[in-house]
This record gives sequence, C-alpha cells and structure tokens, in this order.
Amino acid sequence: MQEGAVLEVRGICKNFPGVRALQGVDFTLREGEIHALMGENGAGKSTLIKVLTGVYTKDDGQIFLKGHEGPVHIKSPEDAQNAGISTVYQEITLCPNLTVAENMYIGRTKGPFTNWRAMNRRAGEILRSLEIPASPTQQLGTCSIAVQQMVAIARAVDMECKVLILDEPTSSLDEQEVRKLFKLMLDLKAKGVGIVFVTHFLEQVYEVCDRITVLRDGQLVGEYVIEELPRVQLVSKMLGKELNDMAALDKGETVSEKEDRGVPVLEAHQLSSTEGIKPFDFQIYKGEVNGFTGLLGSGRSECVRAIFGADKTTGGTVKVNGQEVSIKKPRDAMKYGIGYLPEDRKRDGIVGDLSVRDNIILALQVLRGFFRPISRAQAEAYADEYIKLLEIKTASSETPIKALSGGNQQKVILARWLLTNPNYLILDEPTRGIDIGTKIEIQKLVLKLAAEGKSVTFISSEIDEMLRTCSRLLVMRDRKMVGELTGEDLQQDKIMATIAGGESAS
Amino acid sequence: MTSVKSKQQGSVLTQKLHSKRQLFIPIAALLVLILVNLINDPSFFAIKVGTNSTGDPVLSGNLITILDNASELAILAIGMTLVTAASGGQDISVGATIAIAGSVVLRVLCGTEARPETLQAPIIVAFLVCCVVSMLFGAFNGALVAYFKIQPMVATLILYTAGRSIAAWINNNALPIISEPSFAYYGNFIPGIAIPTPVFIAIACMIIIALVLKFTTLGLYTQSVGINPHSSRLNGINPEFIKFITYVILGLCVAVAGFIKVSRFSTINYSVVAKDIEMDAILAVALGGNALSGGKFSMAASILGAYVIQFLTTTLYTFKVDSSALPAYKAVVVIILVVLSSPVAREKMAKLWKKVAPAKTAKEAN
Amino acid sequence: MSAPNSKVKAGRLTPRTSMSDTNILLLITILVFVVMYVAAVVFLGSGFRKPQTFFNILNENAALIILSCGMSLVMITGGIDISVGTMTALVCMSCAVHLDYQGGSVASAVGLALLIGVLYGLVQGYIIAYLEIQPFIVTLAGMFFAKGMTTIVNADQFNVVHEGFQALKLTRIDVPFLGSVNKLGTYVPAYVEIGVIVALLVVILLFCLLRWTKLGRAFYAVGGNQQSANMLGINVKRTKFLAHFLCSVLAGIGGFVYFLHVGSGSPSHASGAEMNAIAASIIGGTMLTGGVGNIIGTFFGVVSLNTIKNIVSSLGLDEAWWTNITVAAMICIFLVIQSVVLMRKNKK
Repeated sequence: MQEGAVLEVRGICKNFPGVRALQGVDFTLREGEIHALMGENGAGKSTLIKVLTGVYTKDDGQIFLKGHEGPVHIKSPEDAQNAGISTVYQEITLCPNLTVAENMYIGRTKGPFTNWRAMNRRAGEILRSLEIPASPTQQLGTCSIAVQQMVAIARAVDMECKVLILDEPTSSLDEQEVRKLFKLMLDLKAKGVGIVFVTHFLEQVYEVCDRITVLRDGQLVGEYVIEELPRVQLVSKMLGKELNDMAALDKGETVSEKEDRGVPVLEAHQLSSTEGIKPFDFQIYKGEVNGFTGLLGSGRSECVRAIFGADKTTGGTVKVNGQEVSIKKPRDAMKYGIGYLPEDRKRDGIVGDLSVRDNIILALQVLRGFFRPISRAQAEAYADEYIKLLEIKTASSETPIKALSGGNQQKVILARWLLTNPNYLILDEPTRGIDIGTKIEIQKLVLKLAAEGKSVTFISSEIDEMLRTCSRLLVMRDRKMVGELTGEDLQQDKIMATIAGGESAS
Repeated sequence: MTSVKSKQQGSVLTQKLHSKRQLFIPIAALLVLILVNLINDPSFFAIKVGTNSTGDPVLSGNLITILDNASELAILAIGMTLVTAASGGQDISVGATIAIAGSVVLRVLCGTEARPETLQAPIIVAFLVCCVVSMLFGAFNGALVAYFKIQPMVATLILYTAGRSIAAWINNNALPIISEPSFAYYGNFIPGIAIPTPVFIAIACMIIIALVLKFTTLGLYTQSVGINPHSSRLNGINPEFIKFITYVILGLCVAVAGFIKVSRFSTINYSVVAKDIEMDAILAVALGGNALSGGKFSMAASILGAYVIQFLTTTLYTFKVDSSALPAYKAVVVIILVVLSSPVAREKMAKLWKKVAPAKTAKEAN
Repeated sequence: MSAPNSKVKAGRLTPRTSMSDTNILLLITILVFVVMYVAAVVFLGSGFRKPQTFFNILNENAALIILSCGMSLVMITGGIDISVGTMTALVCMSCAVHLDYQGGSVASAVGLALLIGVLYGLVQGYIIAYLEIQPFIVTLAGMFFAKGMTTIVNADQFNVVHEGFQALKLTRIDVPFLGSVNKLGTYVPAYVEIGVIVALLVVILLFCLLRWTKLGRAFYAVGGNQQSANMLGINVKRTKFLAHFLCSVLAGIGGFVYFLHVGSGSPSHASGAEMNAIAASIIGGTMLTGGVGNIIGTFFGVVSLNTIKNIVSSLGLDEAWWTNITVAAMICIFLVIQSVVLMRKNKK
C-alpha cells in the first residue's frame, strides 16, 4: 500500500453477462483528499463503487484498506460499513416507511436493541447542525427527495468512516444544498477522511476536488492532479478523442427570430394543474427550440407535464395549431403529435424488463392502437434503424433495456419518440446523469430537429446547455412563471438574476 | 451489411433461446414424468376405445384423462397469466367464483325447481348469463386492484371468503340437478365424438388467446404495465384499465371453466367444487417460469404448466397414492421443480459442482 | 403506498411530524373495534354485556391470534406464508397420534409441535431467503405438503383421551372481578384457557421485538425497500429467513394451542386458517406490500373478525353464508378505508 493511502484497489475485474464492466482497474485514495472519479456512462464508475461497497462481488483483484493487513474482502454493504466505508448513492437508498432518525442509524448501531430516545436526540442534533428541514420522528417517505438525499448524506458523514463515497449526490440538490454538502466535504477532508466524489458537473469537480481518476470502457485511463488537467483535456480523456465540436456547437440558423412565425404549434393559456403550478401562458412555434429554466422544484417539469396531460389540469386552455383541444391524458397529447421525454428516466421512462426493441416501438404502437400491432419484422426494422441512427450501444435489440447504461437508455427513450415523428417534442432533463459525449449528441439532435421544422421544448439544470440550444427561455420560480427571455437577454447572469428573483426580474 | 444481418440473426436467436428457456422447465418436467411412467408401466400410455353408457364410442386411458381433467386448469391458467403479468399479483378467488358461475348456470337452467323436467332456458342463455356474471365479479376484483390500488391477493381475498357463500345464496342453498342429457355434452362426450368435449373447449380457448395476442397489443400492454406502470402511462397506455381488463378476462375464463364443471356432474357442490384450483392455477403460471411479481410472461409455458400439474396428479394416482395424501407428494415435486429452476440455486449447484469435480479428478489421478 | 412523492421537490416544508402509516392504520383498527363492540353491547344486549363473551372470543381464537402474529411478521418483511393453516392441522394430528397411540407425554407433544415448526421454518426460510424463490410458491408447496402429510399421519378424525392432556385442556384461569351472576344467583367467574395466556405472551413478546430490537426494525426496513435495506447494511437474507422461520415456529406453537382447544386430530382442522390470519393481519393494518404493520393491530384484527361473526349470528342470520359474506364485506370496507386514507395522505 502506498504511503498515506486509505484505500487502494489493484487490478479489479468485474464481468456481467456479455459486458466486461471493469478490466484490471487500479485506484488509490489518499488520506484527506477529495478524489473525483470521472468517466462516461458505462465507463465503470458505478460498478467500481458497488464493488467497493460490497453490492457486487469482484471477479478478480484486491482491495487494501488502511489499518488492515493484506487485502480485505468486502462481501456485503454491511462489511463495507464495518470496514469504515460509507456511501451515498445517486438514487435514494433509504427506507421510506421508517422514520428519518431510524434511516440514519439502522444497520450501524451496537447491541440488539433500539434506543429510540437517544437515537432521536442525536439525529435531531445532526439534522439541526446541517440545517436539514426534517424532524427525526417524521416518516422518511413524507420528506421531499432533496431532504431524503440530505438525510442519506447526514447518515454517511455521521459514521466514523475513513472513506466516504459520494456517487452523484448532487443531482437532486439545489445550489444551496450543494454548498452545504461541499462545506461538509471540506470539513471531513480536514479530518483526514478520503472522499470519492462522482459527478457529471465539471464545475463541481474543479471546485472541490484534489485529484481525478478517469475511467473509460471499464479501463483505467489515468490518475491526475487537478491542476494538471484542464477541463478540455479531462473531457477528451473521458471521451477518448479530441473534442473540437464541443465549442463549435452553434445554434446557427435554427433560431427563428422572424417576425411572422405564423400560428403557434402549441399554445397554452392560463394552464394550471393539480401539482400546484400557478396558471401560466405558453406558446411554441414551428422550428423553435425554447426552454424552461429555474431551480429544481420550481415547477419546470410540472408545466410540461400539464401540457402533455401527465398531470391532471385544473384550468386553462390548450390550442394545437390554433385549434382548441382537450388534453386529458398522455394519449391525447400523443395524438396531436406531442412527445414527452420524462425527467425521471428510471421511474417514468424505461420499461426495464422489456427489450430495447419493445421500448422503442412502445409509443408508436400505442398511437397505432390496440388492434393494429406492429409486426415483429417491422419492429425489428424500426429498432435496428434507430439503434444505428442514435448509435445506441446494446448487444442486440432483444437486450432488456435495464441492462444498458443510463445514456444509452436515454437514447432509446429518444428513439421511441422520434419514431412517432412528433411535431412537438418535450425533453425534460434529457441530459441529466449522462456523459458529455451523449449530451452533445442530444443537443445536436435537438437543433437538427428544429432545423427540420419540428418544435422542441428543452429543460435542463445546466444553463450552458440551454443557452446553446434555446432561442427563448421561460423562467420559473416557486411554481410560477416569472419571466420570458429572448435575444439579447439570453445571458448567463441575466438568467441567473431572473431565476433568483429581485428587482431584475421582469 | 453482413455484420448487420448476422447481428439480426443473433438477436432472433437469443430471443428464441430466451422463450425456449422459459418453456424448458415445463417441458423437462413433462419429459421426466413421461420417462418415470415408461419405466414404471408402459401401459400408462395405452388408449382404449370403449363405449359409454349410451353406447357411443369413447376413448379412455390416462392420457385422455389428463387432457380432459386439465382443461379447466389450462383455461384458468390463461387468465391467471395475464392477471399476474399486469398486476404483479394473483387472483385467489377463482375457485370461489367458479362456484358462483356454476351456481348461476344452475339457477338459469333450473329456475327454482330442484329437478326440472325441462330446462327453463336455452343452454346458450345460461352460458351467456354465466359469462356476464363472472365478468362482473372479475370486474369487482379488477376495480379493487386497479382503481383502489389494493394488492391483488388481498383484494381477491374478499371473494375467496364470500364466493362460495354467494354461490349457495344464488340457489337458496339448494342443489338442483339437471337431467337434460344434452347439457352433459360440454363436460363429457358429444355422442359420436370419442374425445371428451372439455379438451376441445380448452383448445378453442388457447386458439382464441393466441389470436388475441397476435392480433392485438394485449401482450405488450400487459407486460409493459406490469413492469413499469408510470412509464406505460406516459406512453399513452392506461395502466388501470389494462389491469382491470385482465381481471375481466380472467372472469371470462372462470365462466368457461365453471360451465364445464357443472356440465361434468350436471350439478355442483358449492363448498367443494374447484376447491384449491386457484392454487393449481397459480402453480401453473409459476411452473411456466413466469415471475409472480409480474412483467414478462410466456402464455405457452403457463398452459403447459397446467398440463404438467395434471400429468403429475394422474401419475401419482397410478402409483396408488391415496387421493388425500396426494398434496404431500405434489408439494415435494413442485418444490424440487421450483428450486431447480431458480437462478440462485443453479448458481450454487454450479459452484458446488466446481468444488466437487476437481476433488474427484484429483482422487482419480491418485 | 409509501413511495416517496417525487413531485414535492423543493417544497421546503417546515419540519412536521405526521403520523406514520403504521400508526394511522392501527388507530383505525382499534377505533372500528371499539365502535363495533359498543354498538353490539348497546343494541344486541345481554350476550355482549357479559365479559365472558369477550373472553370466549379469545378462547376460541387463541391459536388464530398466534398464527396471525406470525403472518403479520412475514407480511411486514414483504413476504407471505400460506402454509400455517394446514400446518396447524398437521401439528394437531401429529400430537394427537403421539399422545394416544405412541404413549407420549404432554411435554413431548409440545416438543413435537415445536419441532415441526422449527423444521418447517428452516426449510421454508432457507428456500425463500437464500434461494430467492417467491414465498407464495414455497409456502403453497408447504401448504400442500402439510395437507397431505396430515392424512398420511392419520386419515381420520379422533378425540384425544390422554389424561394429562385432558387436564391441561380443561384448565381454566379465572379472570378476577369480571365474572357474572347466573340465573341461579351464583357467581360464575370469567375465565380464559391456557392458550389465551400463550397468545397474549406471544403478542407482547412480538410487539417488543418489533418495536425495540434491531431485528424488529430490520423487518420493517426490508419490507419497506429491500435494496435500500441492503445498502444500509442490513443482512436482508438473514432477516427474511428469520421472519419466515419465526412464522413457522409460531405456527407450531399456534398448532399446539389449537390442539389444546379442540382436543382432537383431524385433517380438516384449521382449514382456511391461513386466509383468516391474512384477513386479521390486514384488518389490523398490516399491508401485504410490506413495511407497514403492527402486532397490537393484528390482535385487534382477530378479535374484530370474530366479534363481527358473533354479531351476525346473534342477529339470527344463522345460514352459514351470512358469516362469510359479512366477513368479506368487512375486509372489503377495511381495505377501501386503508387505501383511501393512505392515498390521500401520500398525495399531500
């Protein structure tokens, strides 16, 4: 083991049927450092983390921990916890039916009994010190996702751990909470804890990390000190190619700034839904790309869900091509040529056990109707066409979609909607949690669709991305539409100011 | 181009292999049962031509018995497979609702008389009424599951508890008997045809479901709903309605099975008719390698599972197993089958084999 | 039911303590029971006014209480055990044969009952937890096995004449102060049978287990979300094994208590008890989806279930079908109440 290392892995291999997820990966985590683990989706980050935390058993290789003679064997998450490795996963891995305090302490207290009073008291102290708005005795399921994630973080940092693994903990947190998390990380770092940090936000990496390890296709690319690896190089290492088109992506002519834009493809007037958004107006024209922006939970998704009929509307009217229509359920919207790629891919997007092929044809099939099934051969043809077109990495069109990496799953969902040939496509966070390569592909695709005369609404947490694709931004705050920015106003600081509110909001 | 083509072939192959893997368990079980019977007594498979009481030629023999007796189970397995796939749970009320269906048939045909000389209504009317009533009860289960979001087993527990009592209540606790001979055709033999009628009814049901699965998207919808109701909804499917409709379809299956049951004996005993058949139907689905938690399914495997169960029962009888002790042997066989087909058990056995095998070769080397 | 509502994301709610699902359902159960019983006392008069009526419900259903407790336990972990009914019959028959034909003692009969429970628990628990086969199928096989085995042990019903057993069977424990004066004017003390004491002990022990031990909380965690529980460092397989093991052992104990009450062996004993146990657990607020439930609720579930049966029969609706239909209606009403309450609560 190296001097000062708290965790060292050597030659880790892990195979899944048909996939070599990790091939001889080395990784070293030193005391008191924040170490970013970077790579595209399917590069093996999650697999490596799951091997370290005992969720998967490794096929080959060794793990060394400070204070342990020789290699350690981590067979279950229980073992990992006992060895001083605590983890926060991207998806909430807590039990919704237990209280907040229980979730923080279950599985790691000594003795056969539960001391409720002591547990609630200690949990209360921690929650207060981290300013998490939850009560220890509250049932976790009643907390918001962000609070649940913070509870998971509170649990992890409260453990006397030597290694803290954070697997994309920030994707459901807002700016303020991310700040809190970073402060915590720096405190722990000062105490000598080694932190593994996985994120897709490059800014976050360069803000807190000391070192970067890059993985690609299950193999180690290298380990770098952060100062020695500028962003562009990091990205090219992750992608395995020099990346020129990243900056070159240009809105070009797709922006329709023309005065006469005709009748809007879709127009909503004073639309509101059961999810508590204030009535809002919305219109999109042929060939236009617009976007909803705002903090997480500001009501961006709720707006588009109302348009698509995914949530029940409580008022307002919707016009498609000038005709007033009634959209009560997603099927209605689909009939008018609207497609919706949902925010939560796993919950609302994929149909896990079904094959890639069935996932691709699903929406088209529904549109064709119950009594007109797409033939096997036709379905195969569609699937192969889109697998090729979008470069979906899958063993075959028969592979269950759940076996694909996140980015490829997202492409399948995109393929599903492209296959229906929609006039208007709503993409809700299509790039969240997927790698930069795919992100750019998707952005390009959006612009291409617009150039073909389709309309797209794009939602993303990353303002950069929005600026690159959208010609008009609708800003949401506290479930209310607070502004509309076009042309000159489409600048980072202007948008930030509108999101934040205050005098600059129009 | 060739690479694309070979890839396509590959995918077709893997897909074929996948569905074959699901069919493997019931087929293997069937083969083992056939083998056991061949070794024990080859005359098990003998089919004789005889005459029945009315002098018509009929076939008899164990195989005919199996095909005949498994009819109701196979029909139920069809509905149960769909219910399982869409709602991720099972309907445990089918036995009780068969009693209701049978009771309705009796009520329509006999009116209030215990032994009517002539039928009070045409048989077809009785059958249709029975279908409607069974579908209504199916709809009741379906509504609880789909719209009130109650777990299927719990929702159907209601009719499981009340069903036989409702059946008794429909006929005011009387047990009318139908003396009209043409009514018995459906559960026994049609004069002149040597094969029991239920076999034909079961085959007809299978053909219908095969056509439905081929010419509608029921299969895709039920699987999709069973795997992920949220994304199904966002793709324009109405998950509640799909779940609901599978229970109605099962209701229809129950009606057919109930009709056969009444026809077999020209009457039914409410408290024992089709007793525990729900367990066998669920078993058929499980033996077919379908996950009881819903999602992907293979209809053929489920139906085959139903015949395996009946084959096993008949085999055990030929081994002179007492009918009341039958469940014990059945249980042992079932548990062996299920354990053998579980991926975890297979993995463990493979590991064990790896440990044993080198030791063996080492010994041999010595 | 308790899936996190992903819609409320940044709604920065002030910390509030709402009731847990478990407690809400428990409250509904107790409330319904009290209302029902009070109504029976007020409107149906004499029978229900005697405390002994209540104690008779306990005497009759001591075994069912124990079985239901075991059932709740597995249901909380997200499992199910439908073998407990026929297991009860198997235990009865085995003990009966042991006492009368093999010259066994009461103590060895108890041992036999426990042994059957333990063996069943080991096999079913292992297959379910470690071979990861669906509990429904495994216990379905268990149910068939016990059913067949009972008739293999002995096919016919017979009453046990063993003296020591008879003495134990007839032992009554007086409940102080709650007796009543009969027509002749003599004071008849209220009593419970030994089985009731056992059942109450089981209820108390399991309540404590679920509330104050790590194992008990692990049951809830596994039922709430199995993957998460694993990630939180809980040994999911062991937890599931223990739940099914305990359930089978309790079925062994419950089987003996049933035996003690009826004093005979018969293949038809306790038929359908597994469904009654499930029904009682549900009425008691345990959910089949796992993670929600309470032993006290289960106790009230059994008592409510049988109170309604008593009410039906004292209304003069003697035909057997009325009881079943009423019980089914009661389950139905409870389910709908629960589903509506939880749906509304989770929508907030």
